[in-house]
Amino acid sequence: MIVAEVKPMAEIQDTIKKYSKVLISGCGSCVTVCLSGGAQQVEVLASSLRTAAKSQGQQLEVGQETQLRQCDPMFIEQIRDKAAGYEAILSMGCGAGVQTMAETLGNIPVYPALDTVFFGGADGQGGFMETCAACGQCILSRTGGICPVARCAKSLTDGPCGGAQAGNCEVSKDTRCAWQLIYVRLVRLGQVHLLKETTPPKARRVHPARLNRAE
Amino acid sequence: MGFREAVESGRFLITAEVGPGKGTDMHELLEDAEAIKDRIHAINVTDLQSSVMRLGSLAVSHILADKGIEPIYQLTCRDRNRLALQSDLLSAWVLGVKNVLALTGDHPVLGDHPEAMPVFDCDSVSLLQMMQTLNGGHDMAGNELKGVPDFFPGAVVNPGADAGAGLEMQLIKLEKKIEAGARFIQTQGVFELDSFEKFMKRVEGFHVPIMGGIIMLKSAGMAKFMNKNVAGISVPESQIKAMAETEDKARTSVEIASHLVKGMKDMCQGVHIMAIGWEKKIPMVLDKAGI
Ligand code: SF4
Ligand code: SF4
Repeated sequence: MIVAEVKPMAEIQDTIKKYSKVLISGCGSCVTVCLSGGAQQVEVLASSLRTAAKSQGQQLEVGQETQLRQCDPMFIEQIRDKAAGYEAILSMGCGAGVQTMAETLGNIPVYPALDTVFFGGADGQGGFMETCAACGQCILSRTGGICPVARCAKSLTDGPCGGAQAGNCEVSKDTRCAWQLIYVRLVRLGQVHLLKETTPPKARRVHPARLNRAE
Repeated sequence: MGFREAVESGRFLITAEVGPGKGTDMHELLEDAEAIKDRIHAINVTDLQSSVMRLGSLAVSHILADKGIEPIYQLTCRDRNRLALQSDLLSAWVLGVKNVLALTGDHPVLGDHPEAMPVFDCDSVSLLQMMQTLNGGHDMAGNELKGVPDFFPGAVVNPGADAGAGLEMQLIKLEKKIEAGARFIQTQGVFELDSFEKFMKRVEGFHVPIMGGIIMLKSAGMAKFMNKNVAGISVPESQIKAMAETEDKARTSVEIASHLVKGMKDMCQGVHIMAIGWEKKIPMVLDKAGI
């Protein structure tokens, strides 16, 4: 899933300070799962903004709504009429959601309330961790199912650097060295021989990528 | 005798290291290099060591070469993509720089510009392959070169990597580096001869000269700092104590280093002395070790 975090309150307030009628729009998919932009977080942000405006003597009307998927124009179409009644939209979707919304609605400014940070999964301890960087040429079959592109700080695909200490990455003592994890997994799978193969530098993909689905 | 000839003749190799500073002042660096040039085969020039922005290793390598002091140009993958790496290599060649040490490089977040983009388009293994390809008259894309270099590439290994997975992976990667054309290997700083001897047993049969790394201690505090923060370094308690109790830190440091050089003479094919500002004491270290 795509993992995002709510921006600092001061930044959000600054972004919408010139408006008096703002619609907060959440997304029911990834950001609901990672507890940053679902209906619940929309509720929390809306009431915080209302309280802050009130205490500062500002006029601010805040609307709320949440779609199943903000990154699909089909869902955005359904709020077109509602959105028309507001001066600006504060999107609690990921960066893709914000853009789909802005593109679809066209003439209402749409601002991000979240910082989109990575693709990843649940870490089993209530948090999330980055596990894929969408490099476009998956090499997980050679790395024991652990991605060095996303999980090694240097995205090394040919084995570790010399910087790991006690199995942790040189950039942070709180992060396991991806290659340490890969080695242990390959031992368990009986595939350590894969480490001896040299991986040529990846062909860097060109942004923006596109995927066409012919009928 | 040049460094390459020394390696090829099977001689016991001696290299040192200088680190360009922050700014354009090269006074001290050149003085240090001059002071030791007759006792060593080549001097490594570090490439923005510890990801701290400094004067470049290519320029300093070139200046040393011009003065008849043979440089080993350290080149990392941290700041350059494959276009820049290949171009800098060709530039090095036309500037008289022939020995290149291929390194992955530290992450920028460890240095003084932690916001900088980490490049790592290639790694140490592919950088070595790149030199092989250039030496063969082509670039990485297969285009023919007009005017072909003949680099003498080297690589590094960390013998003190965590026992188990860390060390096993270092050894596997070392084999890949040798396969990719590394002709000499310099190690991370070693302080303890017994464990280094064990490491050397593991690389028997790799058929590439291994130069044991020696870092000259400045103080007990520095030793403790490295033990805690530098991967693969473990300065034994006895050396920390000696540095703490001595009245002459330089003399004790020279004693420790020369003891290591002496021990390594029969274990490996050379030494790489990282004096970190005490370059002028290197001749003393070698004298004491009987070299
Ligand atoms: S190699 Fe890593 S970044 Fe690339 S697609 Fe696979 S999981 Fe994602
Ligand atoms: S310590 Fe491991 S995870 Fe960190 S940069 Fe080096 S190889 Fe990558």
